[in-house]
Amino acid sequence: MAPPRTEVPVLAEAAARYGLGPEDEAAVRAALGRPPNPVEARCLAVMWSEHCAYRHSRQVLQRLPAGGDGVLQGPGENAGVVGIGGGWALVWKMESHNHPSAVDPYNGAATGVGGIIRDVLAMGARPVALLDALRFGPLSDPRARRLFSGVVTGIAAYGNSVGVPTVGGELATDPAYAEAPLVNVACLGLVRAGGIVRGRAAPPGAALLYAGARTGRDGIGGAAFASGVLDAAAEVRDRAAVQIGDPFAGKCLIEATQQALSTGCVLGLQDLGAGGLACAAAEMAARAGTGVLLDLERVPLRERDLAPAEVLLSESQERMLLVVRPADAPSLAAIYRRWGLEAEVVGRVTPDGRFRARAGGITVADLPAQLLTHAPARHVVPAPAPAPTPPEARAVRAEEALLALLAAPEVASAAPIYEQYDHMVQVRTVVRPGRGAAVLRLPELAPAGLALTVDGCGRWCAVDPYGGGLATVLEAAANLACAGAEPLAVTDCLNFGRPEDPQVFWAFAQAVEGIAAACRALRVPVVGGNVSFSNEGPRGPILPTPVVAMVGRVPEVDAPALVHEGDLLVLLGSAAPGLGGSLYARVLWGALAPGFPRPDLEAAVRTIACVRQAVRRRLVASAHDVSAGGVAVALAECCLILGRGAEVTLPGPGDAAALFGEGGTRVICAVAPQHLEPL
Amino acid sequence: MIWGVVTFPGSNCDRDCVHVLRHVLAQDVREVWYEERALEGLDAVVLPGGFSYGDYLRPGAIAATAPVMAAVRAAADRGVPILGICNGFQILTEAGLLPGALLRNRTLRFVCRDVWVRVECVRTPFTRGLRPGQVLRMPVAHAEGRYTAPAVVLRALEREGRVVFRYCDPAGRVHPRANPNGAARAVAGVRNAAGNVVGMMPHPERAAEGMLGSEDGRRLFESALRSLAGER
Repeated sequence: MAPPRTEVPVLAEAAARYGLGPEDEAAVRAALGRPPNPVEARCLAVMWSEHCAYRHSRQVLQRLPAGGDGVLQGPGENAGVVGIGGGWALVWKMESHNHPSAVDPYNGAATGVGGIIRDVLAMGARPVALLDALRFGPLSDPRARRLFSGVVTGIAAYGNSVGVPTVGGELATDPAYAEAPLVNVACLGLVRAGGIVRGRAAPPGAALLYAGARTGRDGIGGAAFASGVLDAAAEVRDRAAVQIGDPFAGKCLIEATQQALSTGCVLGLQDLGAGGLACAAAEMAARAGTGVLLDLERVPLRERDLAPAEVLLSESQERMLLVVRPADAPSLAAIYRRWGLEAEVVGRVTPDGRFRARAGGITVADLPAQLLTHAPARHVVPAPAPAPTPPEARAVRAEEALLALLAAPEVASAAPIYEQYDHMVQVRTVVRPGRGAAVLRLPELAPAGLALTVDGCGRWCAVDPYGGGLATVLEAAANLACAGAEPLAVTDCLNFGRPEDPQVFWAFAQAVEGIAAACRALRVPVVGGNVSFSNEGPRGPILPTPVVAMVGRVPEVDAPALVHEGDLLVLLGSAAPGLGGSLYARVLWGALAPGFPRPDLEAAVRTIACVRQAVRRRLVASAHDVSAGGVAVALAECCLILGRGAEVTLPGPGDAAALFGEGGTRVICAVAPQHLEPL
Repeated sequence: MIWGVVTFPGSNCDRDCVHVLRHVLAQDVREVWYEERALEGLDAVVLPGGFSYGDYLRPGAIAATAPVMAAVRAAADRGVPILGICNGFQILTEAGLLPGALLRNRTLRFVCRDVWVRVECVRTPFTRGLRPGQVLRMPVAHAEGRYTAPAVVLRALEREGRVVFRYCDPAGRVHPRANPNGAARAVAGVRNAAGNVVGMMPHPERAAEGMLGSEDGRRLFESALRSLAGER
């Protein structure tokens, strides 16, 4: 075998663009005993990007509880897997597509949906539901409005076409997201426990079967681009780093892959996502402790004359890599071709731990697979961010305040958004969007079902990242409890500014601690997720925004109960609500107020368990979590959802903090008078 | 009774239709691939919703030329009941088996929500068991559902009683606010001259089980079952 061609080291050039430092170059030289060639350098630059390698976050993420009774697959694979009984398991994963959506909102959001669906598919599952969490600048700003509309249309275009219902989500706006919007999408899948597949390249000798759409020049360097800061020129300059989705190919890929999986001949499976073929092949080899040999000339191309590095790093959509016995390759390829897709054997698994690629009769890359997937960690000394200065409080009449809060995008009806999403396809959706957690029935496990929710609050985390992380998880659990569901698994997107900023890093670490503490108290594992750093523009970072998606089991799914005239409204749970981090201060005083009322974890867990039991025993006809806008807004929401009025007496003083304060876990329940005593 | 449910590449309600026919109505179902050329032995055929061929070119335009459509046409000529739902309706109009066309919604947006439709014609297998004027609740989920046809065709459809469903409010009144897409004359579904081919934008298969919010859609399938049994 000819040795790899070595040319002038280009890592320094890659460094300028992708943020690899001189210490990285030294590490690569030490590992290889030579400088990397240009193809290798580009692969390393992408694979060692923050987006792929979690260089700043890896150590902090260890704090999250990842294990538990039902966990069949924790973090580190394409998605997490949790057993739900009866021989079935759920697959759960959320990812961000923030940077692409800032540059090209329609395609950025659409490919975000496509990517997360394929992560779930890669575990052997059928994708059954989507949720999305969105953040934009104030919608009065024309650019924010354009991004918002493009993102919603993009999610709808992809999700609707591939036939995976978007059953829930949330939206918030703040000037801090004006330059860096957030698009986080979660996907739920179902798989028979015996049918789980992993992203592993084994055994040696197995064939690597490329399946799906052809490879083009789109999305090259996408992972590296997603690791940098956005600026005013990004919208023009980085357009080529955004992938273009083809939902029709995506739908065919889902169905063909389901058929391929049903043969039992798929030994390993992975989506070609960030970092393209190079990343998928290297990760599959590194997980299995094997190597891979890729023949780049066999990769189906959309356009001629792609350079080897482009073939390796293209992020063209709708592609998967299968590990199969060579004898099975023709019949599996035939399944994909029947669906109008490409399928070619592009390489094989080797026992040597090397990541090798050949083109034009020569080896263009030869690296240890583990070197690609194990970028050196980076450390930042965190520095606590100061609390915001208290805004000037002004007295506002309660009626005026309530109307202003009800008009905030965070609180206002999301129907104009979710009506653009097909939320009913696959005929599972029992509780539709707009009523707290969505509930899906599982005919596989009737009468059981699953409840899903996604929650995040940058306001709370900006004021108190630990308390905000805690409260975010508790809110998700409260939403599930209102549907009678016990939490099974969490997946999260951790959206922050530049990790090199000590204050940003401090907020990140604190928020993770808060999430970890709440998840431990609720005994719910974090089975996967992603970290999105560098969400900032010239005016600074976004609000620290960890977003949590939680799924829980409903033992007996039923159509929502009816609320009758004369039923009582009961406020369960305790809190000393304040205006720190509240929507009230943000909307009416124009700034964040310091002093988030950190929830009492033990009390919150008790409240959540109590609500869950009351809902399951049908003691309450309707339960609604108190969140943004406090008790007053929650009561108004109850009235709007139930189509009824209410007369209430609130405990304590009727001041702004009591009416509109947030924090603590509180739930408003509608109870028939005869059920008050048992409750 | 054997039902055929056709899958085109990009169909995404085929599995839902199969589920309702097989598990809710206990029918035999044959899953038909778009390349098949014969539909002999089928008592009824469903063209399901979805995005056949990604809605590229025009919704239904490419599927209308698929190999299976010649067999669908032959079945229609034999009088086999054929129901096109959503994209299936679009395919039937593109194939010329039903008059008119489905344009982009007036709002230019995809719309997914419950609507009410009034039964206008009971001279089809799918509505024979219903009352004229009966109001049904079913979901719609489409971006191109605005029914249109030349004025002379619309007048003929009305005259011949070939409008099968019209969007209305829960009380059965037809007015613009109850029309989710701006369809001409609030048309939600039409039939062919013989009455055996029906196309509709709402999704009856999504309204076949009470847990999902409505059982009104199931009545269309039940009506066809009784209708077919009566003919034997």
